[in-house]
Amino acid sequence: MTTATTGTAAARAAGAAGKPKPATMAQALQRAMRDAMAEDPTVHVMGEDVGTLGGVFRVTDGLAKEFGEDRCTDTPLAEAGILGAAVGMAMYGLRPVVEMQFDAFAYPAFEQLLSHVAKMRNRTRGAMPMPIVIRVPYGGGIGGVEHHSDSSEAYYMATPGLHVVTPATVEDAYGLLRAAIASDDPVVFLEPKRLYWSKSDWSPEAPAPVEPIGKAVVRRRGTGATLITYGPSVPVCLEAAEAAQAEGWDLEVIDLRSLVPFDDETVCASVRRTGRAVVVHESTGFAGPGAEIAARVMERCFHHLEAPVLRVAGFDIPYPPPMLERHHLPGVDRVLDAVARLQWEAQS
Amino acid sequence: MDSLQQRSSTVQEPPGAAPAHRPTPPPAWQPRTDPAPLLPEAEPLRVLGTEAVADADPALLLRLYAELIRGRRYNTQATALTKQGRLAVYPSTTGQEACEIGAALALEERDWLFPSYRDTLAAVARGLDPVQALTLLRGDWHTGYDPREHRIAPLSTPLATQLPHAVGLAHAARLKGDDVVALAMVGDGGTSEGDFHEALNFAAVWKAPVVFFVQNNGFAISVPLAKQTAAPSLAHKAVGYGMPGRLVDGNDAVAVHQVLTEAVARARRGGGPTLVEAITYRIDAHTNADDATRYRAAGEVETWRAHDPILLLERELTERGLLDEDGRRAAAEAAETMAAELRERMNADPVLDPMDLFSHVYAEQTAQLREQAAQLRAELDAEGEA
Ligand SMILES: Cc1ncc(C[n+]2csc(CCOP(=O)(O)OP(=O)(O)O)c2C)c(N)n1
Repeated sequence: MTTATTGTAAARAAGAAGKPKPATMAQALQRAMRDAMAEDPTVHVMGEDVGTLGGVFRVTDGLAKEFGEDRCTDTPLAEAGILGAAVGMAMYGLRPVVEMQFDAFAYPAFEQLLSHVAKMRNRTRGAMPMPIVIRVPYGGGIGGVEHHSDSSEAYYMATPGLHVVTPATVEDAYGLLRAAIASDDPVVFLEPKRLYWSKSDWSPEAPAPVEPIGKAVVRRRGTGATLITYGPSVPVCLEAAEAAQAEGWDLEVIDLRSLVPFDDETVCASVRRTGRAVVVHESTGFAGPGAEIAARVMERCFHHLEAPVLRVAGFDIPYPPPMLERHHLPGVDRVLDAVARLQWEAQS
Repeated sequence: MDSLQQRSSTVQEPPGAAPAHRPTPPPAWQPRTDPAPLLPEAEPLRVLGTEAVADADPALLLRLYAELIRGRRYNTQATALTKQGRLAVYPSTTGQEACEIGAALALEERDWLFPSYRDTLAAVARGLDPVQALTLLRGDWHTGYDPREHRIAPLSTPLATQLPHAVGLAHAARLKGDDVVALAMVGDGGTSEGDFHEALNFAAVWKAPVVFFVQNNGFAISVPLAKQTAAPSLAHKAVGYGMPGRLVDGNDAVAVHQVLTEAVARARRGGGPTLVEAITYRIDAHTNADDATRYRAAGEVETWRAHDPILLLERELTERGLLDEDGRRAAAEAAETMAAELRERMNADPVLDPMDLFSHVYAEQTAQLREQAAQLRAELDAEGEA
């Protein structure tokens, strides 16, 4: 279960001849589950509406048809039950991939997640791993009514025993999900729902090699400052970096991909080069992911920093109604404002 | 060990009875409740088209009719508003109006309604301003009304989570000596959630004045009832908690109203909770974002159209000479007026103040939020100047 792409080597060679067709992130995720299920009969997909309907975002489209209802199962409507059952299935050697329909509807499953999924390996001194993937569509920006736009990553990150990953590109959606399914530990797989329909010329016949979980990637090279971000905020930061170019700022953008484990190496190498950093995410700032990230950077790169590490985050409020969400979500302007504040010497 | 031996030796067998090793129940065991009276009807209760309808008050029948017509129009109007982009989403109750209205009208003013996200119509039938009822779905605020003023809890989006609230409120009212009843509405899918179980159990143990009303409309998004439960009926679930289960035809407004009225009365006089399951059907898709052709056959929908709640009641009223062409027209016109007003008011853009984002997070704004509010204020001012 370590090399998740082995079965696709031939397909990759074959596919290399044909032109890649544009694929969406949702399709890449579907393909990742499909390939994993085809290669490994212990991989099971389950959740609300994942079978006949193919999921409310169509991410599991076609899996029930191809693999049968026992491998891709419409469960009763009960998140605690879904995840609790997954624990038992994992205890018996299966690799469940469960879907929580929306971020805020995963909360009934927190008891199972925190008390059992995250702790089972530790409680049993390694005897009972939990190779479960918990897929959670998360974040805002799609005009959803309340409880459909939460960014819950901080809760997951604060729970030892869980991996927490989130893709920002179509390629990574495939690669990260394959790696998550291959992982012998539980992975909370956060899917930025506003990127589900983002496209790329990615070909399912030639998926990029799957890297193990835990590696960040530099999405844009720059020298003036580092934007550290992930998931739905990656495109925002790339856009901000383009805009900043005009104002003479050459920004580097890091896509973390994995929040747990955290890739200190890639992040710190960048910050040591640029001397300045801004953490950008849409979840709330107070005790949010950025607090941890900024502290780590400060601890490791203090002598290289020309300015404090800044955070650009959602406000510390419950997720607002759709008509007001644009005021809450950090956009390009808010990122650029922070970049301007990085001219620390000039200010102080 | 000692006491165990002692206990078993005290079991006295009458002379000539079965041998001493015959299994006997554990000494402390006795049935708590006779399950028979708790069991639901063999078939969903019908009133329309049966002799029982003769007992129904004509004024009530006409009231239900007018409300059904208005409710249907409300559903079609709100659905149209989603197509025009005026509502982010609208979970229609077309086909389920008898449930929404029959239930809402069973409550007294002092009672409370705990609706799910689909139950806008029940809230409107209870007297809530139609525009206020749609705020959540339009997206300008989460709850467009003061729940205390209307005795309607916020429409609950996370499924079944409102049910324990209903139990708590009803319990609190009883502790205070108020004869208030809480009506908690939930879909068939919602009955699978742990919160459903916990709410029913609490209510039964506390004898809380709550009525649980399940609208079984066949599907939870795409998942049919058969994949939701293996129980004989959802009403049967009541027995396990020690409360009566009732089964009613959810398209028969008179039957729904009758069963709910009885359950409310029972709760009010201290008889404890009831679980009512209404058999109905969701005619429209789950919401405008859903493609129902993926999981159900068109023929099924047509079968249910023939059992339309308005059709059933209209037939009855016409046969009894309570409704003629004029009456029909009057009801339709009243509904049209409501729809026109709703359209007009919904077509005006709501005036929103982004600063409201910080207004109701805490009773008193924290320094942290004041700082963030100032940041947004500055951004808005800059936007205004640009
Ligand atoms: C706790 C929770 N999980 C999942 C959802 C997503 N969801 C919204 S409606 C729905 C189906 C509800 O079905 P049912 O309870 O039968 O009510 P209906 O929509 O038929 O009225 C689901 C799964 C949710 N709102 N809350």
